[in-house]
Amino acid sequence: MSDQIFRDSNADRAFKAKRFTGRAVIYGILILWALIALFPIYWTITTSFKMAPDVMKGNIVPYWDYTPRWLGWRSLGLSPDTIGNESTVRAEFLKRFWNSVIIAVSASVIAVGLGSCAAYGLSRFNYKFGFMRNSDISFFFLSQLILPPVVLALPFLVLYKALAMLDTRIGLILLYTLTVLPIVIWIMRDQFSSIPSELEEAALVDGLSIWGAFLTIILPIALPGMVAAFILSLVLTWNEYFFAALLTSSDAKTLPVMVASQTGSQGISWWSMAALSFAAILPLIVIGIALERFIIKGMAAGAVK
Amino acid sequence: MNTAGDLLHVVTADNISDQQRRFGKLIVLGSAALMFFVAGLQTADQNGWIDLGFETWRPTLYAYIFWGICLCAGQVIARGEHGKRTLFVLPAALFVVSMVVFPLLFGLIIAFSDWNLASPNGRQFNGWNNIRQMWADPFYWNAMRNMVWYSLAIIVEYAVAFALALLLNTQIKGRKFFRVAFLLPLMLSPVAVSWMIGKSMLENRFGPIARILREMGVENPSFFSSPEIARLMIMLMDAWTYIPFMMIMILAGLQAIPKELHEAAEVDGASAWTRFWEVTFPLMLPVSITAILIRIIFKLKLADIIINITSGGPGGATDSVTSFIFREYRDRSNVGYGTMLAMFYLVVIVIAMTILIKGADRWMRPRY
Repeated sequence: MSDQIFRDSNADRAFKAKRFTGRAVIYGILILWALIALFPIYWTITTSFKMAPDVMKGNIVPYWDYTPRWLGWRSLGLSPDTIGNESTVRAEFLKRFWNSVIIAVSASVIAVGLGSCAAYGLSRFNYKFGFMRNSDISFFFLSQLILPPVVLALPFLVLYKALAMLDTRIGLILLYTLTVLPIVIWIMRDQFSSIPSELEEAALVDGLSIWGAFLTIILPIALPGMVAAFILSLVLTWNEYFFAALLTSSDAKTLPVMVASQTGSQGISWWSMAALSFAAILPLIVIGIALERFIIKGMAAGAVK
Repeated sequence: MNTAGDLLHVVTADNISDQQRRFGKLIVLGSAALMFFVAGLQTADQNGWIDLGFETWRPTLYAYIFWGICLCAGQVIARGEHGKRTLFVLPAALFVVSMVVFPLLFGLIIAFSDWNLASPNGRQFNGWNNIRQMWADPFYWNAMRNMVWYSLAIIVEYAVAFALALLLNTQIKGRKFFRVAFLLPLMLSPVAVSWMIGKSMLENRFGPIARILREMGVENPSFFSSPEIARLMIMLMDAWTYIPFMMIMILAGLQAIPKELHEAAEVDGASAWTRFWEVTFPLMLPVSITAILIRIIFKLKLADIIINITSGGPGGATDSVTSFIFREYRDRSNVGYGTMLAMFYLVVIVIAMTILIKGADRWMRPRY
């Protein structure tokens, strides 16, 4: 193909080369950052299959410079050969895991329920609670976001002690609901204000009550927003450590507290720590990969008005 | 928020009889009376005036919940359609008030008392002593100063997040993969991150990063022994977790900018650099400010990784206010002093955030 009749002029060729290097730089930076973001996760997974010499030699690639063993997972009682046996560590782990699931899911459900109703009310009706009008009430809800947990922690410690609610799941659920409620209200308010109110007007004319219209017509439309709010709440409550460390001791201890207490004590038995850490983050990695668009939607809701 | 509210008017006429209205009021007042009665009984019991053998304050809690339910029911019974609309906001408002306002008021009482949970004396009112102690506590002010450093790190985080968002917004293949990969750090629990990075990857002897540094000729790399480097490491780890958060907000903002603006600038002969500074960046200011403000709010709560990796060391160089108060309670069970520190922190935060928000507002919409 040497005798091409039509060919790019020299100026165009230079442009092409420039464009190509531009692309290369962009992909280079993207891949570099993807490595930075993913390497710690990769490191944790591989370390959970290492043995002491592998850790000390700093082997990184499985099968190539070391043979994976189930050492870390055996210490958790989750490796193939121990999964059928009794294991106190596994029982402990599953108990904490289950606590985390119950607390995170119920706190998120309550927060989404309360928050959606409040956000809907604030986006549709005029309220007057004493001197507070709609914008004041919204501000009151959203301002809870500024409140640092440490301010509530010690009063709650004393209050829960008096109420015999220390180390109970319900105590943590209530607090977690409180911490995620402003975020839910923020997302849902955005969601509801994008739904035209003519829909309810039509429903009301057709004889539905306002709650009927809300439950049967508006909520189904707002469902994506609710899922986004729910997932975000789930992530935040699953990872919460501060309140759980202060307010639980044995019964209601959540997974992060268990991970923290284990990782503090053990020296070089990295394999078991890696297995534990990875087991603790695995649910969220799955959620992150599967429901990524909802998370992004939730976080973007506040950004663009 | 200006357009919200007042969209749906009440058009139905409720026929609420006087009897109904009275009944509604009655249950609210009746349950309130019951609540005060129970609370009074418990206070008397607590102070030893009478002996009813209450173990905990739960009866008062139940009476309070009952009053809350009656208040909601009373709204609907006494006010009909209006009450039903109030019912949307009332439960959430009641919940937040009871979970925030009561503990805060209670916290104020604790803050002005000498209360060590380990000591048998119980709570003792001690006036301004806690404030005096706080004023003279070098570690607390050190933690406050650290918070300023940590907050300043947000500027760098913002720049990185903006750059990544710009790259993700270009025409690239595999955008979904990169988006998921960049998002993942945000999903991980700080406690797990503090082990994964802080305690294993940054470990002095066997950690991969120490190994690379040693290859590059650094003798005895250590990450948490000198104050500056330790603080830098905490900043980096926190940035690693939260850069995706800012990135996604900025990306959402970038995608909302109409393409025509860029095309117009391109036709007018603006270079990529000018296009960014003259078109993209000014348009992104509102989103940027929202993202930075929210990031500051999250940063002010920073504690988990510090508690788990350095517990404030070396010599308090990495302490955040939250982790300092956490240890104040964990090590010394000093509830009274800890609460005072937290309350003071809250006051500082509220003042600082108000100034920031007002300032940002002023700057964005200058009044001529």
